Amino acid sequence: MHDDLGIDAEALATRLAKIGARHPGSDPAMVAEVVRAVLATMHGDLSARETGLLGEVEELGRMIAAARAEIAALQVDDISASHIPSATDELDAIVAHTAAATDSILEVCETLDRVASTQQGEAAAMLSEATTRIYEACSFQDITGQRITKVVATLKTIDAKIAQIVGTFAGRAAPPAAPPPAPAGEALLHGPQLPANAMHQSDIDALLASFD
Amino acid sequence: MTPDKSMNVLIVDDYKTMLRIIRNLLKQIEYNNVDEATDGAEALARLRSGNYGLVISDWNMQPMTGLQLLQEVRADARLKSVPFIMITAESKAENVVAAKQAGVSNYIVKPFNAETLRDKIERVMSHA
Repeated sequence: MHDDLGIDAEALATRLAKIGARHPGSDPAMVAEVVRAVLATMHGDLSARETGLLGEVEELGRMIAAARAEIAALQVDDISASHIPSATDELDAIVAHTAAATDSILEVCETLDRVASTQQGEAAAMLSEATTRIYEACSFQDITGQRITKVVATLKTIDAKIAQIVGTFAGRAAPPAAPPPAPAGEALLHGPQLPANAMHQSDIDALLASFD
Repeated sequence: MTPDKSMNVLIVDDYKTMLRIIRNLLKQIEYNNVDEATDGAEALARLRSGNYGLVISDWNMQPMTGLQLLQEVRADARLKSVPFIMITAESKAENVVAAKQAGVSNYIVKPFNAETLRDKIERVMSHA
């Protein structure tokens, strides 16, 4: 289909797609520059409408150049080189410190259990009940670790996406390909859900009962 | 019917702190014969060489997940009827359904308490 400038838009789009496929790393700013140079040679033959269109293409070229300059000024390399590793290191330290604290608590509890075994009656029962509650509470460590692992994975995804955007605008090599899909069995691993989204034990019991 | 509390129980988790917590909770509810494995392959080796009345496993482990361990257990002629309880933070319906289809005996979502553990063991062992 031709527009009122006599341009076959469909053919042009197909042609541009073919060029893009042959040159996947092509720089948008360079393409805009080439278009600008070509159109500049046609000034004398252009109508008022075509000159307006040329102005818009030139404006688009300037916007692309400005966007590149702004991305460069953001120093996004710091995100991959410094911010993301620093954040993941901090999160790893949280896991390590809470794990060490949990192990200390468990060790003390085990000592209390040994003391409880030397007691009789109510004192033994109270000690045992108290240590049971502490053991139950200590499972927070496992949940916390899994939640932090999810956050680290999210940070790495953000890092990869930023690298992809920067690579596209700055004409750098494409970032590494996405990892292959998880093997069967791992595909169902979602980690802990937020309380509002999680199934409770009673929901799970009901679901299991529905199979009987 | 009260389960035989002297039976051997195998607990499987790649996180040693969690193994320690489950072992202590089992002790509180009077199951004292507890062995541990930190991955699916070690668990299978222990199960094939020992005599266990119950397996309690996490799901999220590497390289063999708890679901894969369950599938291996159910595919083994000698082990296929061993009761298997999954204790996991995976709380989506699709996880529960997948575990049930693989032959799980019961499913406990983390965080859990000693009473839930006792209740599920009693239910599972009453059908064993």
